Amino acid sequence: MKGVAGIFLTFAVRNLRRHWVRSGLAAFGIVIGVAAIATLGILSNNLIVLFSGIVADVSDTVVVTPHLAAASGDPFDPRSALAGGLTERDLDRIERAVGPYRAVPIFQTAELLEKSRKKGYVPVIVLHRDDIPVLLDVEDGALPPPSGKSVLVGSLLAEEAGVRAGGRITLGGEDVRVAGVLEERGMAIDINPDYAVVVTHGWYTGRHPEPAYDRVVVKVTDLGDIPAVKEAIEDQFNRRKEVVDVQDSREVLELFYQTYDAISIFLLGIGGVALLVAGVSILNVMIISVTERFHEIGVMRSIGARRTEVMRMFLYEALVLGVAGSLVGGAVSTLAGMAVTASVAETVFAGYGTVPTGLGPEGIGSVLLGMGFGLGTSLLSGVYPAWKASRLDPIEALRYE
Amino acid sequence: MNEPETIIRFVDVSKIYPLPAGDVVALDHVDLEIEAGEFVAVMGPSGSGKSTLLNLIGCLDTPSSGTLSIKGKDIGTLSDDDLTRLRRDHIGFIFQQFNLIPLLDVIENVEFPRVLKERRSGCDEACLELLDAVGLEPELHTHRPAELSGGQQQRVAIARALINEPEILLADEPTGNLDTKTGEGIMDLLTQMNRRGKTIIMVTHDTNIAAYAHRRVHLVDGRIA
Repeated sequence: MKGVAGIFLTFAVRNLRRHWVRSGLAAFGIVIGVAAIATLGILSNNLIVLFSGIVADVSDTVVVTPHLAAASGDPFDPRSALAGGLTERDLDRIERAVGPYRAVPIFQTAELLEKSRKKGYVPVIVLHRDDIPVLLDVEDGALPPPSGKSVLVGSLLAEEAGVRAGGRITLGGEDVRVAGVLEERGMAIDINPDYAVVVTHGWYTGRHPEPAYDRVVVKVTDLGDIPAVKEAIEDQFNRRKEVVDVQDSREVLELFYQTYDAISIFLLGIGGVALLVAGVSILNVMIISVTERFHEIGVMRSIGARRTEVMRMFLYEALVLGVAGSLVGGAVSTLAGMAVTASVAETVFAGYGTVPTGLGPEGIGSVLLGMGFGLGTSLLSGVYPAWKASRLDPIEALRYE
Repeated sequence: MNEPETIIRFVDVSKIYPLPAGDVVALDHVDLEIEAGEFVAVMGPSGSGKSTLLNLIGCLDTPSSGTLSIKGKDIGTLSDDDLTRLRRDHIGFIFQQFNLIPLLDVIENVEFPRVLKERRSGCDEACLELLDAVGLEPELHTHRPAELSGGQQQRVAIARALINEPEILLADEPTGNLDTKTGEGIMDLLTQMNRRGKTIIMVTHDTNIAAYAHRRVHLVDGRIA
């Protein structure tokens, strides 16, 4: 026992089956559109999860760097190539400006690291010994003593090079002891020690000329003070011309989210275009279907089908195409989204954080959004042909062969 | 004895089709009354207005002028939905080309008008009795129209026309596509339906077929001759 909906659905399914190649191609368009929207959505969501996971929480950090010409917006300025430096005098001025908060000067360079048969250049972060606990935690071992040949090794580098606390490595051609292995920290705007070696200022200056600092990190424990601290530093240095750049992590994250939003809209646009093409294809199929069935529509009208019922019958056809296309598209995009995310995570973000493997609520949201758009596009494409069918003059339609 | 009820009444009805080449007068000031239970044959040459007359009675069209009442309702004043309801509930159509819906099987074709009327389907006893009454064997009930002979298709079409128990049956050349013997079978069926009280208006060219009717209406150039 089935009602009007049941018999109209029977009509729709049988008619689509009668022209299965045509119907299949129209539904395939929806599959592509849904898959494009949902896959790109899943990819974007997982990347943001991945990114958030590997970004260390350094919201209490203000970073002061020498101003570069590139930062003024002119990337062709040759001065961009010259890394500026912050002197001890600059450090004093920063310390005066930030008041009670701790200013940590940092210099970063690179040295050749050798361990057993492995060797390669690694970043070396130079910190005053007293400043190390301010920024970093030692997971295994201890801080290096003020003097002596000891260094700290970042967690991911230690893992990859097979280094443990108490072990030995060759750094810059010199045999050194690994005092400790650092806790994994993730990427941040101040320093990225996970794949680096951290040495004390004393160790470095014992072997190289005194460097200029390439950044000063200020720990502003009261987050409400961040704007005031930034303003104070700007006041000290940038009154006449730009001498330093002052950034906090919120700014960087904001920039990331803005970029993410722009990319999301762009990707959604690509999916939208795919769906638009699919919609035109369904519109075409439905117009052909209505034209082929003029006579049948006339018969239905003559035996008592109302205009709205004829309209419904054709909308059901569009609905069946949309449901079939959206379901397949949803399934395809779920698999494709996870596969593409895994692939991007393994290539672009290799070694950082945990790769999201599931969909997550946002991913499911993307799939549902894609399916919703697919279904909506199908129905919308079906409206005009269905309306056209319902407005046919029954006598004209009956005469049509 | 009760007075016979006038079920269809044309009063000065004209139907004009405006065409770019000039207006075509399909019906020209027609007056006609058909009583309930009558069997009327509408005859006339091609272009005489037979089909227009049938379409007007079937509520597929409305008069350009004059009044056409069906079961007491002036169809010129009804909306498209009201006309459809009148057609669905009180009028059954039988076509020369049978016009079964190819996507549906025999049972589904027969029950389709009832689904539209009662919003439910399922072939009950009445539906099976009807198929039996028109002489369609049960093994054909699940066949699609393309799998049936012309005579079998017309029997299904008659069952479909009768499923909503209409008072009026409209038949447009019902035997036009059938051989003589099958045609006679169909006419016997229509005669039987008429004896059961259905009002039948049948368009035909064939005088032998018209002989089954109680009354003949001749149309020439849109007028009753």
